Amino acid sequence: MSSDNAPHFSSRDAVVCRGVGKTWAAGTKRAHHALADINLDVAPGEFVVFLGPSGCGKSTLLYLIAGLEDATEGRLWSFGDLVETPSPQRSLIFQETSLFPWLTVWENVSFGLSIRGASKEERRTVAAEALQRVGLKAAMDKRPDELSGGMRQRVAVARALAMRPKVLLMDEPFAALDVQTRARMQEFLLDVWRDSGASVLFVTHHIDEAVALADRVVVFTSRPGRIKTIVPIDMPRPRNLFSREAESLRIQLTDLLRDEVDRAFAEQEAFAVPA
Amino acid sequence: MAVVARDGEPGVAAAASRPAAASRLMASMAGLDWLARIWWALLSISLFAGLWELCWALGWADEKLLPPPHIFLDNIAEQGRYFNTATRWQVGQSMTEGPSAFESVLITGAATTARVFVGLIIASVLAIGVGVLIRYYRFFDRLVLPTITLLSPVSPIAWLPVAIFLFGIGNAPAIFMVVVALFFHMVLATINQIDTVNTNLINVARTMGASKAQIYSRVIVPAILPGMLQVLRMNLFGAWMVVLVAESTGVGYGMGQVIMLARNTFNPSLVFFTIAVIGVLGFTFDWLLRLAQRRILYWLPDTAERLRVL
Ligand SMILES: Nc1ncnc2c1ncn2[C@@H]1O[C@H](COP(=O)(O)OP(=O)(O)OP(=O)(O)O)[C@@H](O)[C@H]1O
Ligand SMILES: [Mg+2]
Repeated sequence: MSSDNAPHFSSRDAVVCRGVGKTWAAGTKRAHHALADINLDVAPGEFVVFLGPSGCGKSTLLYLIAGLEDATEGRLWSFGDLVETPSPQRSLIFQETSLFPWLTVWENVSFGLSIRGASKEERRTVAAEALQRVGLKAAMDKRPDELSGGMRQRVAVARALAMRPKVLLMDEPFAALDVQTRARMQEFLLDVWRDSGASVLFVTHHIDEAVALADRVVVFTSRPGRIKTIVPIDMPRPRNLFSREAESLRIQLTDLLRDEVDRAFAEQEAFAVPA
Repeated sequence: MAVVARDGEPGVAAAASRPAAASRLMASMAGLDWLARIWWALLSISLFAGLWELCWALGWADEKLLPPPHIFLDNIAEQGRYFNTATRWQVGQSMTEGPSAFESVLITGAATTARVFVGLIIASVLAIGVGVLIRYYRFFDRLVLPTITLLSPVSPIAWLPVAIFLFGIGNAPAIFMVVVALFFHMVLATINQIDTVNTNLINVARTMGASKAQIYSRVIVPAILPGMLQVLRMNLFGAWMVVLVAESTGVGYGMGQVIMLARNTFNPSLVFFTIAVIGVLGFTFDWLLRLAQRRILYWLPDTAERLRVL
C-alpha cells in the first residue's frame, strides 16, 4: 500500500486532501489555527460547495488547493500529483475583485496566455470567446473601473475560463450581486461547468446557492475549520428550488450552519471579554 | 413624446427644451474649462500682487527692500541683463555683449530646468531599478538596504561639497545634487510601494504560471507606477530647491547664480524677478508632470473630481 506521504497518489481525483491543516503565522505569537483535519476527495467534473461560518477557513482551504499557500499539516494532490506550487490547471477566482486596473477587459482575460507568449491575435480570439460566454463581449475594450462590480466578477470568471482549468476554485464570486443577477450567474456557471467538464469548488454563505449548485455540500465547523458533514444533493438539473426536496435541504443546511454560527459567536464573545 | 408636446402644448415644449439648452451650454463650457482655470489662476496671482502693491501704496513696504511687482517687472530688459551669466567669466566679455536680455532669461531658465529634468529622470530610473532589485534579490536587499536607509535622512545640502569634489563646476554637480536629493527617498518609497501591492493581483499571476520575473515586470511595476509618480511630484520641489543651491555655489550659470548675484549686489528687484521666474518654471514643470501622469496612468480615475461633489 502506498504511503500518504508519497509525492504521487494512486487516486486520480481532481483534488485529494489528507489530514490537511493550516496555521497562519505558525510559530509566532499571532499564530492562528485556521483549518484542521481536512480529508476530502473531489472527483473530476464534480461540483462541490463549501458552506461555513465566516472566518472558518474556507478561503484558506481554496488557497491551499490552489497551491498559493503551503499546508502546515497533511498533503494535497491533484490528478495524482502533489500540490506544491500554483498551476494553470487550477484557477482561483478571488473573493475580492482582482482585475489588473491598467489592462483592458480583454487583456485581463488573456493575461495567462500572454504569460505563455501567445500572439495578439490568438489572445484576442480566446478573450472574445471567453467574454462571449459571460455575456460581456461588447465590453472587451473597456477598462475594469468602467464596469460594475458584477461585470468585473464576470470578467474574472472569463479570465479563469480562458486558462481552461481542470479545477475551478471560486471564492464567493457572486456575493456582491443582487438576487436576480446571482441567479443568472448561477445558471451560466452551470452551463460553463457542464461544457468544460472541470471540477468546481465553490465557497458561499448562501444556503440557496449551495442547494442550486452543488453535487455535494461540505459544511465546516468554526475555529479551526473542520469538515462537519458532507451533504450530497441528488436533485436533477435544472433544479426546482421551490420543490419539497429543496426546501428540506435548506432546512437541514440551515440547522447545521446555525449551530456553528452560534458557536463561532460565543467564542468571539469569549475572546472579546478581558479575562 | 417631444413631438406631441410641440403640437399640443407649446408651454411644455419650451420648458422641456430649456434644460436641454442649458446642458448644451454646460457642455460647451466644459470645453472651455481650462480657460476658467487660467482665469482663476490669474485672479489668484493678481490678488496677491494687489495686496503687495497696496502695502507699497500705503507706505508699509519699503520699495528698496520689498519692491512691488510693478517695479521689479518694470525694467525686465535691465534685469534680464544679469541673467547673462553664461559667458561672464570669459575675459573681455562685457555686460552689453552676448544674447539679449530676453534670451538670457530663457537660456538661464532652460539650463536650470534641464538640470532638474535630467536629475529627475536619472534618479527615478535608478531608484525604481534599485528598489525593485532589493525586493527581487534577497542578498542585494541585505547588502544595500542598510546603507540606503542610513543615507536617506542626510540633507542633500550636506552632499554639496561632495558634488564639487567629484564633478567640479558645470552641469554635472547640479544634476548630481538633484539625483542625491531624490534617490534615497525614492528607493525607500519604491520598496514601500512594492510591499503594498495587492496580494490578489500577484496571486492571479502566480496561478497563471507567471515566473518571478514576469510577476515583477507585468504586475508589480505597473502596480507601483501611480504611487511612484506621486512620490516624484512631491519630491519635485525638493529638486528645485537643491538645484538652486548647487548653482549658487558656482556651477557656472543658472537661476541659482542669478539669486546669488542679486544677493551680493544687494538688488531686491532682481531677487523678486528671479523668484517670479522660478515660480513660473516650477509651476509649469509640475503641470507638465501632471499631464504626463494622466497620460501614463490612463487607468486611474480623477481623484480631484471625486471630492468636488462634497
Ligand atoms: N494571510 C493571513 N494571515 C493570517 N491569518 C489569516 C490570513 N488569512 C486568513 N487568516 C485567518 O484565518 C482564518 C480563516 O480565514 P479565511 O479567510 O479562510 O475564512 P473564510 O472562511 O474564507 O471567511 P469568510 O467567509 O469571511 O471569507 C481567519 O480567522 C483569518 O483571521
Ligand atoms: Mg473567505
